[in-house]
Amino acid sequence: MDLLDPKEMDALNERARTIRQHIIKMTHAAGSGHPGGSLSAVEILTTLYFKIMKHDPKNPGWIDRDRFVLSKGHAAPALYAILAEAGYFPLEELMTLRKLGCRLQGHPSMRCTPGVEMSTGSLGHGLAVANGMALAARLDRKLHRIFVLCGDGEMNVGEIWESAMLAAHYKLDNVTMFLDRNMLQLDGPTEKIMSLEPLTDKWKAFGWQVQEIDGHSIKEIIIASQNALRCHGKPSVIICHTVKGKGVSFMEGAVRFHGKAPVDEECEKALGELEVCR
Amino acid sequence: MKHGWKMESQRKAYSKALVELGNQRSDIVVLDADLSSSTQTIKFAEAFPERFFNCGIAEANMMDTAAGLAASGKTVFVSTFAVFGTGRCYDQIRQSIAYPKLNVKIVVSHAGITVGGDGASHQITEDVALMRVLPNMTVIVPADSPETYRTIFEIVKNKNPTYVRMGRADVPSITEGLESFEIGKATVMKEGDDVTLIGTGIMVSRCLSAAEELKKQGIGARVINMSTVKPLDEKTIVKAARETGAMVTAEEHNILEGLGSAVAMVLGENANVPLKRVGIPDIFGESGDSEELMEKYGLTAENIVNAAHEVLARKK
Repeated sequence: MDLLDPKEMDALNERARTIRQHIIKMTHAAGSGHPGGSLSAVEILTTLYFKIMKHDPKNPGWIDRDRFVLSKGHAAPALYAILAEAGYFPLEELMTLRKLGCRLQGHPSMRCTPGVEMSTGSLGHGLAVANGMALAARLDRKLHRIFVLCGDGEMNVGEIWESAMLAAHYKLDNVTMFLDRNMLQLDGPTEKIMSLEPLTDKWKAFGWQVQEIDGHSIKEIIIASQNALRCHGKPSVIICHTVKGKGVSFMEGAVRFHGKAPVDEECEKALGELEVCR
Repeated sequence: MKHGWKMESQRKAYSKALVELGNQRSDIVVLDADLSSSTQTIKFAEAFPERFFNCGIAEANMMDTAAGLAASGKTVFVSTFAVFGTGRCYDQIRQSIAYPKLNVKIVVSHAGITVGGDGASHQITEDVALMRVLPNMTVIVPADSPETYRTIFEIVKNKNPTYVRMGRADVPSITEGLESFEIGKATVMKEGDDVTLIGTGIMVSRCLSAAEELKKQGIGARVINMSTVKPLDEKTIVKAARETGAMVTAEEHNILEGLGSAVAMVLGENANVPLKRVGIPDIFGESGDSEELMEKYGLTAENIVNAAHEVLARKK
């Protein structure tokens, strides 16, 4: 399909690299935050905001916009970097992350930040919120879509499965969920903390369309998103196999960077890697 | 203490108001968690099936779904039993409704010990406490069925998260004929200068009965219906405290962190008058007939009269 213009793919990959640099700089400046799970979701978010979603940074309240809910709210640095790159607020503001009086709260707040659709941070809520938005869209005969990004650790939360039931029950085919399957949660490997597998079977059993892709391949994300848009009568989940800390060698697969910001040397090293990896 | 009051269901008043609202406004959406025939939201479901969503026995999911609907411009009513609509989904109410200040109206039934036979598992007496401490949350405990009806129309005039508490049992219609209801404004039901009795919910009728008894004893009791517990009408409380010099609160709720505590805080900062709180003494309930339970746990007009005597004695 002509959706995959090589030049556009290059531009998206380049954008993803810039987003990663922002994430490193922001969390370093803040002295805290969650770089690992932000880095794993970069291609997903980049593709959504710069290829898939209908939205208007100049008019965040545009009634027909597609909605995005960051259910894994701790990946706020990634979302903020995306929103700033898209033009929702100035890039300089990224360095105010987590600072007193800032609009960029440690976890997303819809009342603080332009472009943030829902306040999140306590895990397991976002899918249900997305379902509510999807029901509203249906009531209003609107064609916009609802996208939600969940973490894999978040699959521990019972409410996720309540929401999975509701979305299938009400046939919410306007909901697309991305699952950032980076295999790590705060205390360690997901399968060691609380086994999730067979995850694909679980979602299928709950009545969802399930796709599994490489969550760092923009091409695969685009194709899977298009498949989800064409899925009728059921919600769609795209299980994105990712690497926590992706793009920075010493952060990749490192549990300790789940909720720890890079210190000076780490920041410098990370930015150096992200500079040359083009 | 028998009166000529009509006994009416708050739930029926709620569903009547909901259906009328549904006719007036297309933005009204209702969610329930497999209790619609108890909470009476089933009436709305029958009238507007496309705007009613049964979420099954999944209250956490229901609250977040409500938040999503509200974030998309809907005025969302969420109903279940009080015990499930607060305790089973507190995090969802906090994170997704109160914090982002979304237009969700949590209207619950079966609060307090008048639930009766179901016992302590279903008799929540700490729900007002839980909701009152949430920033952005309005908390209303209507005194009876007519006030419940008026409340529903009033709360949709704003977009604030709101908690409305109803009981299971029929309650005496003491506000019938009173036209106005204003959020955050107490109603003086009876004038008096010797002592003030402040009640919420079913206990307002007990306060009125107590005032009748006190009148026979030559004591003038002012009765205030404090249906809005938050934001609290501090002005009316302080005025009554200064004019009567003694105060009793009465609620079908734990004496900790409900109406009594809220009034005590106002008095502590503004008017040093004796106060006695009538309520559930920080214990769980049990099965029984609702009237028997009210007797056993001291939620009676007699107990309010005794409390009035106690504060009057401390006043001298």
